[in-house]
Amino acid sequence: MAQYIIRRLFALIPVLIGVSLVVFFLIRMIPGDPVIVMLGERANPQDIERVRREMGLDRPIYIQYIEWMGRVLRGDLGKSILSYTPVMDDLKQRLPGTIEMVVAGLLIGVICGVGIGIISAIKQNSWIDIGSMFAALIGVSMPIYWLALMLIYALAVNRKIFPPSARLDVELTVVRHTGFMLIDTLLMRDLRLFANAVWHLILPSVVLSTTIMPILARLTRSSMLEVMRQDYVRTARAKGLAEQLVIIRHALKNALLPVVTVVGLQLGGLLGGAILTETIFSWPGMGLWTYRAILARDYPIVQAAVLVSATIYVFVNLLVDISYAYLDPRIRYR
Amino acid sequence: MTIASSALTETELFPRRSRGLFRDAVRRLLASWNGRVGLAIVGFIVLVAVGAPIVSPYDPTTDSNLARAREGPSLEHPFGTDRLGRDMLRRIAHGARISLVVGLAVVSSASAVGVVLGMLAGYLGGKVDTVIMRMMDVLLAFPGILLAIAIVAVRGPGLFNTMLAVAIVGIPGYARVMRSMVLSLREREFVVAARMVGTRDRRIMFRHIFPNSMSPLIVQATLGIGGAILFAAALGFLGLGAQPPAPEWGAMISDGIPFLRTDPHMVFFPGFAIMITVLGFNLLGDGLRDALDPQQTIR
Repeated sequence: MAQYIIRRLFALIPVLIGVSLVVFFLIRMIPGDPVIVMLGERANPQDIERVRREMGLDRPIYIQYIEWMGRVLRGDLGKSILSYTPVMDDLKQRLPGTIEMVVAGLLIGVICGVGIGIISAIKQNSWIDIGSMFAALIGVSMPIYWLALMLIYALAVNRKIFPPSARLDVELTVVRHTGFMLIDTLLMRDLRLFANAVWHLILPSVVLSTTIMPILARLTRSSMLEVMRQDYVRTARAKGLAEQLVIIRHALKNALLPVVTVVGLQLGGLLGGAILTETIFSWPGMGLWTYRAILARDYPIVQAAVLVSATIYVFVNLLVDISYAYLDPRIRYR
Repeated sequence: MTIASSALTETELFPRRSRGLFRDAVRRLLASWNGRVGLAIVGFIVLVAVGAPIVSPYDPTTDSNLARAREGPSLEHPFGTDRLGRDMLRRIAHGARISLVVGLAVVSSASAVGVVLGMLAGYLGGKVDTVIMRMMDVLLAFPGILLAIAIVAVRGPGLFNTMLAVAIVGIPGYARVMRSMVLSLREREFVVAARMVGTRDRRIMFRHIFPNSMSPLIVQATLGIGGAILFAAALGFLGLGAQPPAPEWGAMISDGIPFLRTDPHMVFFPGFAIMITVLGFNLLGDGLRDALDPQQTIR
């Protein structure tokens, strides 16, 4: 197993280098002089010269890349063009909010998606099955920002069941320890604050969960149906095992293997969906920050956001692969 | 896969035989409910996109009437009017054009590049394979929409850059499908036979392997159209896609946000149009998968 992990870690190196190259050259894709595009046509020459020097744009490109890489590895992601604050500081402020929403969305999506898939498979061709598979089809076809707006209209504007935006009511304040609202409010031992944070989290994370829920429901269903036709399931039934035990112990365990991989692959969709969801719910996370940076043409932030998301995505998929190898030992020997 | 390839080898053996893969597939597609519904929806959207300028031939961009701004749905304006008093139904109908063009342009360019890359990687193998597939891994390492947003952000907003970005994000999918098809076909008898009679690599790739890989590619492309429309609309929603006054569905949704409280129809109808269109392509893709590749279907 250790050998497998080491091999996979080494395989990551070329991918990460490739990712860094793409992110590095992103800025060079700006048509014309990037510095003038960033600062605007009427910027004064000193500013243009300063930014050009800071970004190292006056040196050969491979030196620029190596220097940039060196800084990134030391945790220096450059400075925001507009606010002139280190991008890393902003990132640390923003990341927990996004992680909190993505993890909540992931949990809701996995639990509901897998659950719906199992029920559909067990009750194949029943109205529950047909109905939920049709709902899943609608789900994958729906723009999540539109769903978010419709839910806000129905549940936050029309009936004030949920708050339409933010991580906490305006009049409430939380002492920041970790940046994760749920943890920080618990650390303050204030259940009212905690409940308020949960209440704010529900709508955005439910919306975000719909990016993976339909996919997981369809996959779990087809995977379950395939497994249930296997010989060992027939054997389990033939020896008189209760149907629930057959499903839970024999079928489900094997049916969930492909689901694990897809959860990892869909994480990218969740991170991307976070940009849209955060924009709509004014959620102070990485997505909203990136979106504002895009509109303001604050490229160092855009660069950092893309780099960080891709790195997170790559490492989570490594974890998924490792857990997959753990669950299915045959993988390790390939 | 067996059906696709055996049908084709049959056609090669008996060139005049009338019932080929295509007619077989159409028959099976029309026999499945998702194929039928998908085809009907897509046909309807195409009809709207083509017919909109004929039925209501005036320019939807200058058709404003502030006196009738933000009216709810009525007989005269079934989808209501937007903040400039423009008829939402007409704008949505004209927007179908943008979405269909985006979907088709993105999928055809992404699949063309992806197919060639996948074919080279699979057929030539070795270093070429490693280099190409590593590049694809890198592209896949980015959350798709984030990469697309970043590309449009640096290249500047607009419909062309949107299509470019969404196409780039789509390339690895086609490359992977094509490569796996090549790997499974490369050692098959008809390819080996072609190689033995001295057929050139390029001819083998495009005349023998490519036609036999069509089924999964068609399915991938059909599902890809829906995905591309969804993606492009998201960029339009963020203000990075087609610029106003173009009636782009995503941009229309964000146009309606300030009025969500009082006039939800401005948000509802464009989003509904996106959903129906994408649903149509997804159903059609599912139906095609069942029709072209019965082995993958679980009943």
